[in-house]
Amino acid sequence: MTRSHDMGGRFGDGPIPRGDDESKVFESNWHARALALTLAVGALGKWNIDASRHSRERLPPKDYARFGYYEKWIGALANLMVEHGIISTDEITTGRMIEPGDPMLVDRALLATRVEAVLRGGGPSKRNTDDAPAFALGQRVTTREMAENTTVNGGHTRLPSYAAGRTGTIIMQHGAHVFPDSNAHFNGEAAEQLYTVSFRATDLWQHPEAGSNPKSTSPQDEVCLDLWQSYLTPAP
Amino acid sequence: MPHDHHDDSPHSLLPSDPALRVKALETILAEKGLIDPAALDAIIDFYEHDIGPQIGAGLVARAWLDAEFRAALFDNADAVIDKLGHGGRQGEHVVAVENTPQTHNLVVCTLCSCYPWPLLGIPPGWYKSDAYRSRAVREPRAVLAEFGVSLGDETAVRVWDSTAEIRYLVVPMRPAGTNGMSEAELAKLVTRDAMIGTAVIGSAS
Repeated sequence: MTRSHDMGGRFGDGPIPRGDDESKVFESNWHARALALTLAVGALGKWNIDASRHSRERLPPKDYARFGYYEKWIGALANLMVEHGIISTDEITTGRMIEPGDPMLVDRALLATRVEAVLRGGGPSKRNTDDAPAFALGQRVTTREMAENTTVNGGHTRLPSYAAGRTGTIIMQHGAHVFPDSNAHFNGEAAEQLYTVSFRATDLWQHPEAGSNPKSTSPQDEVCLDLWQSYLTPAP
Repeated sequence: MPHDHHDDSPHSLLPSDPALRVKALETILAEKGLIDPAALDAIIDFYEHDIGPQIGAGLVARAWLDAEFRAALFDNADAVIDKLGHGGRQGEHVVAVENTPQTHNLVVCTLCSCYPWPLLGIPPGWYKSDAYRSRAVREPRAVLAEFGVSLGDETAVRVWDSTAEIRYLVVPMRPAGTNGMSEAELAKLVTRDAMIGTAVIGSAS
């Protein structure tokens, strides 16, 4: 039911890998090119950030596991570009242009002179709404039992499986934000109220770390997640 | 839908060397007029030189010195960041969280690699690693210990899993021995890892 990217809480990954020189922004030149290429093609406006994330998540698990970070980006970018008709598989195979670019897209190509304005502008996900939040600060809420997209089989969702079917407390209200479960599939932004929900470590893990002893009077370890309203119901 | 990528999916047609994969796509797209290679150079230059942890460090140092700024940062970081011109891609919505003797904050993105780019730059490799993503939520104290941070029972760990477009900035505790330091001097003490939560800032003495 889950995909490879949904790895929060997974066992067996070992020590955190540290770099030889962590002050370097990019470990190699092609990492930098991969990032820049992804952003530049994204600027053509054929998809959105949620579709882009979902394309990485849809890589076959064996590729997701063996690919480095920017390899995932490049693989997902190639797949998205073919799905959206930006390039063809024949072009990928030959490594050369076969058909010229769609003139409407060529007109939208990101120019060097526009880069800084585009990067500094970003793309806010908050949307104005008249709807009041259904949940109040301090309210106890329970997440959906299944960390799956409710309308698209195998679709994108931002509820991690480790936090599915768990009860926590609303600690922040963020207003309405674009709903990735819909937007990733081009079914509209469908903005929904977004909340930060705090879960006690003892409510998430069978063996929480020392420091999370519920009988202790010490403060309790917590994990906080940003969750959309339709992921949540009032706690029983 | 949702069009899963199988063995015959387009990405498997790319060259086996990742650097050549990127080069191949860049070549095709440039020939088609869909990208401007100079724009790619400009994007790289922007992330290598214009933004980085020094931006976040400046906010932290100012919060340590200026009570009014500090209150505004915790109350509405977006307004503060917008006013200073530090907004942008992957930093459109920011919440600043405060380390105290009672609470240590740690930021992760278990589902991908969300990170406050305009404040901290491009995330380091370890932040994007499977090990950090999988372990930070289940055993944050063990992760912190690997980074040389050991917390006692009197300090609770609050892990922030960045599952939406809210980006979290940890404001570390101001170290002892820094009285009288200027904002610029303080900013030099504030490390990227301290603003992710995998480091604390030691005494300046």
